[in-house]
Amino acid sequence: MAEMNKETLIEMYKRMNHARFFEEKVSWFFARGMIHGTTHLSVGQEASAVAACMALNDDDLITSTHRGHSQVIGKGIDLNKMMAELLGKITGYCKGKGGSMHIADLSVGNLGANGVVGGGHSLACGAALTQQYQDTGKIVLCFFGDGASNEGSFHEALNLASVWKLPVIFYCENNLYGMSVPQSASMNIKDVAVRADSYGIPGHTIDGNNAIEVFNKIKEVAAYVREGNGPVLVESKTYRWLGHSKSDAQAYRTKEEVESWKEKDPINYLYNYMVTNDMAEKEELDELKKTCKQDIEDAVAFANVSDNPPLSSVTEDVYA
Amino acid sequence: MEYKEMTYKDAVNLAMTEEMRKDENVILFGEDVGLYGGAFGVSVGMFEEFGPERVKDTPISEAVIAGCAAGAAVTGLRPIAEIMFMDFTTIAMDALVNQAAKMRYMFGGKAQVPMVLRTPGGSGTGAAAQHSQSLEAWFCHVPGLKVVVPGTPADAKGLLKAAIRDNNPVVFVEQKTLYKEKGEVPMDDEFVIPLGKGEIKREGSDVTVISYGRMLPRVLEAADDLKKEGISVEVVDPRTLVPLDKEMIIDSVKKTGKLILVNEACKTGGFLGEISAMVSESEAFDYLDAPIVRLAGLDVPVPYNPELEAAIVPSVDQIRQAIVDVVTNKR
Repeated sequence: MAEMNKETLIEMYKRMNHARFFEEKVSWFFARGMIHGTTHLSVGQEASAVAACMALNDDDLITSTHRGHSQVIGKGIDLNKMMAELLGKITGYCKGKGGSMHIADLSVGNLGANGVVGGGHSLACGAALTQQYQDTGKIVLCFFGDGASNEGSFHEALNLASVWKLPVIFYCENNLYGMSVPQSASMNIKDVAVRADSYGIPGHTIDGNNAIEVFNKIKEVAAYVREGNGPVLVESKTYRWLGHSKSDAQAYRTKEEVESWKEKDPINYLYNYMVTNDMAEKEELDELKKTCKQDIEDAVAFANVSDNPPLSSVTEDVYA
Repeated sequence: MEYKEMTYKDAVNLAMTEEMRKDENVILFGEDVGLYGGAFGVSVGMFEEFGPERVKDTPISEAVIAGCAAGAAVTGLRPIAEIMFMDFTTIAMDALVNQAAKMRYMFGGKAQVPMVLRTPGGSGTGAAAQHSQSLEAWFCHVPGLKVVVPGTPADAKGLLKAAIRDNNPVVFVEQKTLYKEKGEVPMDDEFVIPLGKGEIKREGSDVTVISYGRMLPRVLEAADDLKKEGISVEVVDPRTLVPLDKEMIIDSVKKTGKLILVNEACKTGGFLGEISAMVSESEAFDYLDAPIVRLAGLDVPVPYNPELEAAIVPSVDQIRQAIVDVVTNKR
């Protein structure tokens, strides 16, 4: 497991910047109609996703969501193959058959993003059952949102994981809105984490824009889960800066609210933390940020020169 | 090969038991499958042999039963999940349809989901509308799933072993009114029937009758009766609906020139329509001497009263009459 040291924080800062620049590039593509379909961007949620993944062991597993780009970048990913997938290319993670909502890389424990809200809950239970049964020592982190915690699958999965003591961290990225509906109109509680009580498991609420707090809490609960104590529910409060998907006028929230959250920029927070605590020089971080931006440009270049999948591939891989 | 007479239910149990002895990644979970032995007693004795780590009772939670199977399968186990009644698979649909069936394709061929979802379908037990449906056509409509409906104890054993060894999600539809039916079952633990391979249960020349599952014994009874009257009926059991043994069906229709399809499920949107269309689109169409006839369940929810319940699915008499009518050109 990564320790909270300079090397880890630098890597975290790098992945958060990759996530930010990736999303900004995708947004730019969409505005120009250069990407097919839709996408759900996670700008503003980088600390919540990246720091959580980095507190895991490299061979631990995650299930990701429709708003999953920061999550899978956090777990460790080849940006070229990811960008190629969004552009529908044969060199993409899913050979152009999955797109934005289905980035998966089983080789690094990323069991895939999910287009169905709450679709990952029960898959995470199954993945955790495999770890428990085979005694691998690995755990599963299940990403989902506040909206997904209102799905029936949430209840079934947390209950099963609890009675079977499955090694899962149920990790709720609460960005305050299920598409357009505010949390206050979709549940009668302030903190999703209190739902843990119903399953007899620990529940924690953390500041999801504070990468240090996210990292430390996930590291702590990962150790608890890994020891065979059963699942934990962690709620990470955060905010998406952009709309739900590409076609969202955001009439349900004010510009002032969005601006107030931009002031809590998770990337700036980590930057200032590292500088203030003498863990990095400003110049070093600024340079790293530039490199990250270039990495995304390189990924675009890779994707652009990649081929489309051959039409003959359309019937391949339906069955193993 | 050594055979032993046993019930359909015991044949299912034997298939699971043999595969679990061979491969420790095979596990069974579902509602009351442990000490209780399953609602229909299919897993009796397995908890005692394999213990609570491999034969696991779940909460009453069909969605997570199916999803947990998919998640376990994609990470290296070969789970068998039991859903107590086929009607309750409706609660497990996201996990089956959107998750298990899609992962391989959606992830560009990198994942495989070797799971079996066992569930008993069919009416005839007086359990009425929410415990009696035959929903196999729903699953046939989802690429990525395989669908198996065994009609005899031997087929139940051989097909379930194939399903467990298959690297895809398989919906294995057992027939609850066949559970106590007996038949000769091969005891060889390598007796495996490939998915997608039908069987000609009776050879004949006057008409082809295709049936599967609970209706198969009725079709065989009608065929045997009519043999005495000089009508030669070829009975084809596809055994797996997806993948379907199209070649066997087409060849049989080309031979007999007449086709009757029989199943228990509601006629509208059912799998018989698919077989009929497949034959119509094939070279066998030119060999047909009569319209294709479907005998299926009525398009009603399954009623409770035993006479009403019996009336909604094809009877032996109705099957016999349909065969006579088709063979004598009355239809």
